[in-house]
Amino acid sequence: MLTFIAKRLVQSVLVMLTVALIAFSLFRYVGDPINNMVGQDTSLEEREELKERLGLNDSFLVQFGRFAANAAQGNFGFSYQHRRPVSGLIAERLPATLELSIVSAFLAMAIGIPMGVYTAIRRNSWLSHSFMTLSLVGISLPTFLIGILLILLFGVVLRWLPTFGRGDVVQLGWWSTGLLTASGLKSLIMPSITLALFQMTLIMRLVRSEMLEVLRTDFVKFARARGLAEKYVNFVVALKNTMVPVITITGLQLGSIIAFAIITESVFQWPGMGLLFIQAVGNVDIPIMAAYLVLIAFFFVVINLIVDMLYVVVDPRLRVDSAGGH
Amino acid sequence: MADTTAQNTPKGWLARVADSDLSYSFVRSPVTIVSTIVTILFFISAIFATWIAPHNPFDLASISIMDASLPPAWMEGSDSRFWLGTDDQGRDIFSTIIFGARISLFVGFASVIFSMILGISLGLISGYVGGRLDAFIMRVADIQLSFPAILIALLIDGVARGVLPREMHQDLVFYVLIFAIGISGWVQYARTVRGSTLVEKNKEYVQAARVIGIGPIVILWRHVLPNVMGPVLVIATIHLAIAVITEATLSFLGVGVPPTTPSLGTLIRIGNDFLFSGEWWITIFPGIALVLLVLAINLLGDWLRDALNPKLR
Repeated sequence: MLTFIAKRLVQSVLVMLTVALIAFSLFRYVGDPINNMVGQDTSLEEREELKERLGLNDSFLVQFGRFAANAAQGNFGFSYQHRRPVSGLIAERLPATLELSIVSAFLAMAIGIPMGVYTAIRRNSWLSHSFMTLSLVGISLPTFLIGILLILLFGVVLRWLPTFGRGDVVQLGWWSTGLLTASGLKSLIMPSITLALFQMTLIMRLVRSEMLEVLRTDFVKFARARGLAEKYVNFVVALKNTMVPVITITGLQLGSIIAFAIITESVFQWPGMGLLFIQAVGNVDIPIMAAYLVLIAFFFVVINLIVDMLYVVVDPRLRVDSAGGH
Repeated sequence: MADTTAQNTPKGWLARVADSDLSYSFVRSPVTIVSTIVTILFFISAIFATWIAPHNPFDLASISIMDASLPPAWMEGSDSRFWLGTDDQGRDIFSTIIFGARISLFVGFASVIFSMILGISLGLISGYVGGRLDAFIMRVADIQLSFPAILIALLIDGVARGVLPREMHQDLVFYVLIFAIGISGWVQYARTVRGSTLVEKNKEYVQAARVIGIGPIVILWRHVLPNVMGPVLVIATIHLAIAVITEATLSFLGVGVPPTTPSLGTLIRIGNDFLFSGEWWITIFPGIALVLLVLAINLLGDWLRDALNPKLR
């Protein structure tokens, strides 16, 4: 088990280094960093001097090392567009994105798993069929379109819910939360549903297909034969055995929820990191793009690691046979 | 493959197609028939857009600002010439949708083909050569798979904006987009093809080919490839739906197709600004078109997957 975790750790560090290298190359070679800092009237000598002072004449490895060391401390330099440290900008936006993502992930699981179990148990009921049809529509509806439809219905026609922003936020230290005010919660409803819907259909379909497999196995038949209650068989015996793939996918989906938040934030003008990033892509604001890339990669790597460790907890076979690879 | 086998049998290929399991399950599934019809309608209207669209929305001489923001034909204050209404510049929504779908499908198709070529080649090499190269390619695939496709496409698009000068980027925007969406999707093909190649390469016919001295490229192309195409076709169909959605999303976010040659995503973005003033048709109709297209392709892919999977029969 330790070798399994160690292997994964090494792989994670490799991924982080690769991503940092990409981010650094972006930073250093896409556009001229000096040009982005000084005005038109700066002389050639002054530019050279600035270049020397910033260490841009050092060797590639030295520069990359410096970048990685800075990045590890959360220092990504100044945004070209906002003229402020990137780390401050991201710290301001991070709570908005995380709150939105976590609420959405929770929604997706709380609705997706029971729906999946139901459609597997009652395969041929009309409700299952309509769930399945709806899920296909859900997969075919792009995230931004779901957002637009919700805005049209609840924002423009019915005027029940706010259509943009986070509402009022409460400051808890450096963390700003929208979960403690009525307007903040109201503003969260539409974006979180928009973000959750796709993941929900995914989780539902996954739980369903896993359940169908497990329900066919001998130990479930045997549990039935022993006369255990139907509910116990379905929800404890069977569901427990579908959890390995469900945990993996759900865990990995948390990462893509954060990534898909870019779209949702853009539709609802939600002041999170995704909105910051998409504006940075439009304006070629490289420091923000590089920082976002490293941060997202870090989230992914950490989530992947946690999922791998959960594997070991859930699946006893992995504790014995650690040389099995993946 | 199909035509070589057809020559060996007394029946024509048409009769063979009609007799196959595939057409049997096709005829028995009304949903599939409907989605095929919808897909074909989209393709036809995309190919013949210039003749089918009632107006040319990009001909500045024919559009008039007097016709701007007209509602659909069944609502009050509409004009019967524009049955889905017009946008803020007086362009016919129905025509812009036809031209938009054309661009969406073009970008989608091109990205799928790009992904397919890249993924199949890497998968074949990976499976056939094996060893370190295989380990390396599959590790890269693993890493890429842990990031969502949309993020990779966004990033490549962002980098291209930084690397290319502005005017050049405008000329190359379609290629950049196809490259970005294509790169983000190759892993699925590579993994599937690698798996099938590993199975096929140890079969007798491949060994026989090797023994009589046929080179590895010819073996891969003539012998292995035809046998791994089934699953690839299924992936390609579903990938087309994903590619169309990705393109629409990028365009909606404002980093995809420019407004001068709008795709469905760009149209939805343009219309989104008018949602609050009650002109919902500018954004909703392109949206419906997009969903119909993607849903039809998805259903087709679903059916193809089940029909080609002997386990499910």
